[in-house]
Amino acid sequence: MSEISTHNPEGARAHARAQGGVRIETMPILPPSAAEEWPEAVADHDKLWAETVAGGNYTALTLARGTVIELTDVAGDACAHVALFNAVQTDERLNVADTIKVQWQAYLTTGQQLLSDRGRVLATIVADTSAHHDTLAGTSNLQRNIERYGNGSPQGGTPAGRELLILAAAKVGLTPRDLPPTVSFFQGLFAEPDGSLTFTGSAGAGASVRLRAELPIILLVANVPHPLDPRAEYVSTPLRIRAWRDEPSMDAAAGPEAERALANTVAYARLRGL
Amino acid sequence: MSATTEPTTLADTALPGYIVDHRVVSDVVAERRGPWSGIVHAGQFLTIVDLYGNQAVDCIVYDAADTDIRYSAPDTIAAQGNIYLTEGSVLRANTGDALMTLRHDQVGRHDTIGGACSKESNSLRYGHHTVHQHACVENFLAEGARWGLGKRDLVSNINWYMNVPVEPDGVLGIVDGISAPGLSLTLQADRDVLVLVSNCPQINNPCNGFDPTAVRMIISEGPRPIA
Repeated sequence: MSEISTHNPEGARAHARAQGGVRIETMPILPPSAAEEWPEAVADHDKLWAETVAGGNYTALTLARGTVIELTDVAGDACAHVALFNAVQTDERLNVADTIKVQWQAYLTTGQQLLSDRGRVLATIVADTSAHHDTLAGTSNLQRNIERYGNGSPQGGTPAGRELLILAAAKVGLTPRDLPPTVSFFQGLFAEPDGSLTFTGSAGAGASVRLRAELPIILLVANVPHPLDPRAEYVSTPLRIRAWRDEPSMDAAAGPEAERALANTVAYARLRGL
Repeated sequence: MSATTEPTTLADTALPGYIVDHRVVSDVVAERRGPWSGIVHAGQFLTIVDLYGNQAVDCIVYDAADTDIRYSAPDTIAAQGNIYLTEGSVLRANTGDALMTLRHDQVGRHDTIGGACSKESNSLRYGHHTVHQHACVENFLAEGARWGLGKRDLVSNINWYMNVPVEPDGVLGIVDGISAPGLSLTLQADRDVLVLVSNCPQINNPCNGFDPTAVRMIISEGPRPIA
């Protein structure tokens, strides 16, 4: 491209257009059916989104009810810090405390629901090959990353999760005030009997989680190191995302609380015409 | 609810014995099932007395100058590497900033992962017959509205005097409390803070011993308490 002069608009246009078509690992692929790594059963016309989020980066997606989104820890050091919102009423959002308290379980895996503060299911975990997740320590903040890595700003090379989620939120009209505590996928913690936390790391390269949107939802995800990752260096590897058209859950397997949560969700969706 | 009494001297109050030479700024009984709120200025102390024992006191703390900076359970947990709050715990905001520090604790540990009860979550936990029961989120919304706060300002909170063990297999739950009548804790504000409290009205689990009771909220200033 260096041979193209950018002294005038025509040259600048030619220079810019010569950059199109570059394909790297961490980018969205459009149309999504042009991407690889789809589950075999998904037909091309149901493929809705394909993106790989770089370490230290983020994305913001709005999903129709029933959509399944698959997150994959490609190389074993991704950590997906996820915030969820009801897309038609964004003051309804993920409530991590209710999620673990209502379901009597601190460690997320297949069959469990990600609950809102309104007694409804925003998403169900429909598949999980990792089982290394965290609901307790949230994401990293600017101060912590400055202490740990020397910088935590979005442009500084070692961004904090909260800084990226503030940007992700802004892309869907939300502000820092809207950000709830997040859940983290692919990097786990274990709570000892005295309450102290042991970092259990990842399940290794290739682990994946599938979430089904039970309402129209906004999903914000920052891919940054877990705040209790003990390594001195900032280790954050790509997070692959695939989303495809599907139907909302018909039943809830995780117990009477989950059944009532799904019943609340279905009733709300029908009443609202969603 | 948060009416402030005239400043009094120590002799007139029920401050715990570990606090000496304090001037009382405010001394209020938060009624059973009700809210309380107040500003605690940097350096001042907030003492919460569990008058009748095992009364969960749901609590959110905001930077009084910018309520977008508010208590964050996960940031607090990550910073101290432990899920329980105990003497010495620093209550941290979503920015990582210190809001208050637990200077003295007669109980031993308190919960911050269990959240606040709501009419909506009651429908999941106990059934839809509990939907019209009063709940902490109602208290937070009613009291928060007086300060311009709404639903978007509520998420993670502290449950003083509430006991939530996590078993090795991840099973967790609100179990019988470890507090007792008259036990107290004292926080010191690291900056000017707004403290929002719901004196938990829950009657479907042991967080209040199935019997919500009053607590005493005392703001004072003076030397740091000595253990």
